[in-house]
Amino acid sequence: MTDIAQSLAGIVGEAYVSNHPEEAYFYARDPGLMPPHAPDYVVVPESVEEIQEIVRLANREKIPVVPMGAGLALTGLVIPLKGGIVIDMKRMNRILKVNEGGRHAIVEGGTSQGLLKAYLEKHHPRLRHSIPDSPATATIAANVMIHGQGRLTQQYGFNSDMISGLEVVLATGEVCPIGSCAISSDWFSKGAPLPDLTGLFLGWFGATGIITKIGVKLYPKKRMRDVEIFITDREDLVPEMVYELTHTEMVEDINIFAQPKPMIFKDNHHITLFFTGDTDEELEFKRKMIWHALDRFIKSKDGGFMGVPPVMKPTLLDMPQRSVSRFADVKKGGGFEYSGPIIMVDKYPACAHKILELAEKYDLGYSGMARIIGRSHAMMFGFAFTFNRADPEMMERTRQALHEVSLFALEAGGVFWKATVDEQKMAVEKMDPATLGLMNMIRIQMDPNGIMNPGNWEVTEV
Amino acid sequence: MKYADIVHRCFRCGYCKFTSDYSDFNCPAYRKFRFETYSPGGRMWLIRGWLNGELKNSARFQEILFSCATCANCVEHCVFTFSEDLVNIFIAAREELVAEGLIPPPVRDYLKNIHVNGNPYKTPAADRGKWAGDTPVEPYRDQDYLFYVGCVGSYDERAVKISRAVGTLLVKAGLSIGILGEKETCDGNEVRALGESGLFEHLAAQNIRSFRDLGVKKVITLDPHAFNAFKNDYPGLGGEFEVYHYTQVLAPLIQAGKVPLKECNIKATYHDPCYLGRHNGEYLAPRSILEAISGLELLEMERSGENAFCCGGGGGNFFTDILGGGKESPARLRVREALDTGADIIAVACLQCAKMLEDAVKSEELEDRLKVMDVAEIVSACLL
Repeated sequence: MTDIAQSLAGIVGEAYVSNHPEEAYFYARDPGLMPPHAPDYVVVPESVEEIQEIVRLANREKIPVVPMGAGLALTGLVIPLKGGIVIDMKRMNRILKVNEGGRHAIVEGGTSQGLLKAYLEKHHPRLRHSIPDSPATATIAANVMIHGQGRLTQQYGFNSDMISGLEVVLATGEVCPIGSCAISSDWFSKGAPLPDLTGLFLGWFGATGIITKIGVKLYPKKRMRDVEIFITDREDLVPEMVYELTHTEMVEDINIFAQPKPMIFKDNHHITLFFTGDTDEELEFKRKMIWHALDRFIKSKDGGFMGVPPVMKPTLLDMPQRSVSRFADVKKGGGFEYSGPIIMVDKYPACAHKILELAEKYDLGYSGMARIIGRSHAMMFGFAFTFNRADPEMMERTRQALHEVSLFALEAGGVFWKATVDEQKMAVEKMDPATLGLMNMIRIQMDPNGIMNPGNWEVTEV
Repeated sequence: MKYADIVHRCFRCGYCKFTSDYSDFNCPAYRKFRFETYSPGGRMWLIRGWLNGELKNSARFQEILFSCATCANCVEHCVFTFSEDLVNIFIAAREELVAEGLIPPPVRDYLKNIHVNGNPYKTPAADRGKWAGDTPVEPYRDQDYLFYVGCVGSYDERAVKISRAVGTLLVKAGLSIGILGEKETCDGNEVRALGESGLFEHLAAQNIRSFRDLGVKKVITLDPHAFNAFKNDYPGLGGEFEVYHYTQVLAPLIQAGKVPLKECNIKATYHDPCYLGRHNGEYLAPRSILEAISGLELLEMERSGENAFCCGGGGGNFFTDILGGGKESPARLRVREALDTGADIIAVACLQCAKMLEDAVKSEELEDRLKVMDVAEIVSACLL
């Protein structure tokens, strides 16, 4: 063992430090298309104190530190671009508190979405959180760090809007509570009425600190949940349809998917509407409101509700939707990646055209999936392409298609979600200089030695 | 390598590590080591790296491959169409390592002992049937069933007690059974799981020939591991006979009242053995036996049935101990989970589970609060 490895072993125990080629190989990669870069060490800490010690060591020795949840962003955000120490957070997965009346939970930084879901179902069946469709092992902290979206995003915004506080280890090793928990023992607000400091961390991909605890807002969980699908071949009308649907305030979540297979799905846009109720009466009332919201489109024969086959319902109602992961292997190749810019809903038709154009140009299997954010305030449009991991030429085509998506999204007024390093550079180039200067100032102040997930948001280099 | 055309298809989404409700990580190796490399997805990616020449066969690589307990939790929960092959893929990779001769020393020793002695204990074959000495169990002649005991049940001090309990119980229930004694040979389930397919086929051929020569039509196994080999692997090698785990024949006998039972006030929790449960879908027979005992309160653990957490003994780890040791060992985690149910007894239906969990109870210093008993031992204690 090297001196650094020995020091790390002194912090977390020898069993939880590795500088073996096997861990270096695995943690050099994520499931997406970014080139690998190996860490020098991988550690799996169990406590905040251990993380503090690791960061202090890294800061002293000027070694990069990359916090990692499940590593499922697909855009290379936890690939250690400059080597150093990858901190696998998943051993810190305790649910510390659930405040039923105050509807929030406090969980450790490596807690998975699946674990919180299971815990709430068992102990607090009237509460839920905004679970994304990333696999269940995705961590809550990492999802918030990338401004992820989930099942409640149409109602309450990004998942990062649905937090009630943070505990963060800074680059100096200090532990810093953020939000009401900085003053009170109660984690009810991430900022207001104080200055909201969560913005110093969220969206920074670990470049300003490591989230060790997180307050997660919880919401009423109704006893019943159902789904309807409105089909249209008029992508130009989709924004209007979404506007009408969001006006009802009856829908839990709105996803729109367009994909070529199975054949009956081809050329259509499927507005998938999830809704909930505590009683049959409530559920049916919402169903009627949703139906009526789209009456005029039915009358003009621009679309209609399809009967969701019983066999399809469990797949759609699954949380998280396991079928999302299955997309990786539709071509028996084990890979998919998507670019998911956050963009105005009125750009839906352009996005739908673009994905078809790129799929044809690069001969790729595709799936377009939009999730509405807020009451039609924006959407995430996922340009997803499936690829064969054993076919380098196909992987390269997929990279090129995704690069074109990035150019298109920026041109169309969108903002990259969980941006790759290349997209970060593109964003920085287009960013207002004053904003860029502010980001630069924040980063230098918070991480003077440049040890925190370096290579990401390195605005100083632009 | 067999399945080489599949390994690149793993997306490493991680569903394979969980229970079906995501309440806990359920891969025993990942749960102990906590590096992604020890998870099923990690193994898939490492095997691919190794096949591509990006990784070498190292002691760490071997530990990662041989720490898989072949518990099939990943098979149960992987979302992809190749899920059925996951354990087979890991075994295929082990086969390659065995063929190279670069394997962990305990694996090498285990395989060598089986090859030389026909059992892992380096004990003479003549001692195989000794356990039956003062029981009513007789050598096999032309009885209805061959009672196959296996290496652990024949030689291990703790397991022998279970062999005696099961054998005696089956005879008392009026079943016509006989054992092979010194003519019995290792069933090879763990040999196959550890990647020595040639030796496995040799053992299987030996058993099949022996069963055929004796006219065996029906086999009752003591151990789910042997049950698995006989049921799933032997038919492909010409071994055509009916196979039952002992709980599957005992359950209907108890239901039919052929085993009179008294009231027993016991709180028990049942630990599903992977090779009876996930590998062969038998979850009910052992439970129905326990539930037939008046006064027995059956308390389920958080993880049970297809979500049961492996004791860490499968895939040869019972013998190699790569996965054992430390407070995060699967067996110790499982014992703590059992304790949470409020049960006094962990009921098992597998010799390897019995031993693994009993050792874990001792390590946890819970001997005064928890006892590990085979289902047959519980029934025996409750006989009228």
